[in-house]
Amino acid sequence: MSTPTPVREEAEAKRRKAGASRWVVPAVLTLGALAFLLPFYLMVIGSLQAEPDTSISGLVPSGGLTTANYSNIDGSIDLWRTLLNSGVITGGAIVGTLVFGVLAGYALAVLHFRGRGTLFAMVLLVQVIPFQLLTIPLYVLTVRTYGLADSYLGMVLPFLVNTTAVFVFRQFFLQLPPDLFSAARIDGASELRVLWSVALPLVRPALLTVVLLTFIGPWNEFLWPFLVTKEAAMQPLAVALANYQANVAATTSNPYGAVLAGSVVLAAPAVGLFLVFQRHFTATNLSAGVKG
Amino acid sequence: MSALTPARPGPASSSSPAGRSRTTTSASDGRPPRGGLTPLQRAFGRHPIGVLLALPYAVFLVAVFAYPVVLAAWMSVHDWFFSAPGVEVSHPFVGFENYRQVLTDPQVHQAFLNIGVFLVINVPLTVALALVLAVALNRAARGRTFFRVAFYVPYVTASVALVGVWLFLLGGDGVVNSLLGPLAPDPSWLVNSSLAMPSIAGFVAWKQLGFFVLLYLAALQNVSRDLYEAASMDGAGRVRQFFTVTVPGVRTTTALVVILAVITGANLFTEPYLLTGGGGPDGASTSPVLLMYQLGIEQGNPDTASALGIVLVVVVGLLVLLNRRLLRSES
Repeated sequence: MSTPTPVREEAEAKRRKAGASRWVVPAVLTLGALAFLLPFYLMVIGSLQAEPDTSISGLVPSGGLTTANYSNIDGSIDLWRTLLNSGVITGGAIVGTLVFGVLAGYALAVLHFRGRGTLFAMVLLVQVIPFQLLTIPLYVLTVRTYGLADSYLGMVLPFLVNTTAVFVFRQFFLQLPPDLFSAARIDGASELRVLWSVALPLVRPALLTVVLLTFIGPWNEFLWPFLVTKEAAMQPLAVALANYQANVAATTSNPYGAVLAGSVVLAAPAVGLFLVFQRHFTATNLSAGVKG
Repeated sequence: MSALTPARPGPASSSSPAGRSRTTTSASDGRPPRGGLTPLQRAFGRHPIGVLLALPYAVFLVAVFAYPVVLAAWMSVHDWFFSAPGVEVSHPFVGFENYRQVLTDPQVHQAFLNIGVFLVINVPLTVALALVLAVALNRAARGRTFFRVAFYVPYVTASVALVGVWLFLLGGDGVVNSLLGPLAPDPSWLVNSSLAMPSIAGFVAWKQLGFFVLLYLAALQNVSRDLYEAASMDGAGRVRQFFTVTVPGVRTTTALVVILAVITGANLFTEPYLLTGGGGPDGASTSPVLLMYQLGIEQGNPDTASALGIVLVVVVGLLVLLNRRLLRSES
């Protein structure tokens, strides 16, 4: 009978809006999480089924889970051997990145030497050179000129130094008060001693950040080790699994199961590390550290 | 990225407290005169050991970045082919012949066209979904950590591992097609010449989205609360606020997202190689890097492959410049 006054209408609208936003936000987030996590669920479930079922009812397996797929993929590609290869490459990349990165980051942040400006300009330049331009000439050099095909050194070479890590270390060292270093120097400490016993303990969070961002890159990398390795015994898991997918899977009776089992083995270490240290993964830290 | 912002090259820090205190202390601790500089310091700067500490990294940069870039440019204007190890062969100068071959190759045109399709689908999808998820995450009352982790998991997972699941999802007898039933496309997603590249663009958007959500989330923290309040006073609803406050507020991040998506597109290799069996059907999902691999390594023409690499880098550089120009003229 009585038409609602503008004030009441507004209050009504506000209430409706508040009611809507109360469920809109969780709904959007849940939908997103489902879209991101469902493929992982399918990966694990599919790897445990004798015959991965692509029908809707197959999404909830009705018993009969088996580890046969894991034995199958282990029979086609030596899982332990390829995991070891992945580990050696990743470990080498981490050690190289830490050593070179700490030394260069410290020198660029704290020390005053001739050529520092030039070096810093080069660091900036490297950030803008895309890796794909380097693929062919690096392949020519590494494989044809230096004869490093099928070797750990050849596979780890482009990952031995991570320029992002140099930046991270430089930023952390810049934040330390310079008086700390001069005090240690007055006490007669050599520069390496200052770096090792004064500076390094204070940037421990940077070490963790760099280890995390270096781990994911080489562990997940496919193109470079794929180019450098022909021998199956030298391939990291990502390459062995990709070759299996491309060449063998089509000829086996249950290709999905074995491929998914291999995917779980390849994904687990990186995902596990991420879940444990997820607080340390921030957008700024990882922006340039991850590929693939 | 933001790690770069406070960084300033050499000269700025030459007057840093570290440098000054060094001079003053060395004057008082019985070192030779002339400002307390030893001959070594005169030659290499106040901290000569800095040269030593930075040397391994500098050598690495030259060996793994600078030299290969020069080699790529050199190879691209010479007739370069693989020879048996230790055999000296001449690589005659051919001028722009390799570039002519690359630029007239229909396969190359197709590959760049494919990347265009990739970007047209990938960029809007990434920007829209990442922004919506970031805004929702920013407003979330509970479960923030859970959602953040869930969105980010694909980003830290190897493409090779995820490709396995996507073949399971998008294969001819895959989960998606059995859900769609008679609506399933024929031929199926990854073997269909008009759907192969969009499928890849969708996969990459999904895989990378978590990273962009975090980028947007960081940008949203910097959008002033006052602007929302002002907009709300003016009677703007949530949706209106999103378009008049949020979207312009995160414009620089959007520009960064576009640049990173272009770089991702230019680097595309693993997904077309594995999802579509080497860039099929009929090259409908070939990428320039995949073509570089086929030309340079499978067919043994690293000279044309290098020329293609340089063309690719020039194209990416132009796109990035264009993006910056647009951003600057807008602001």
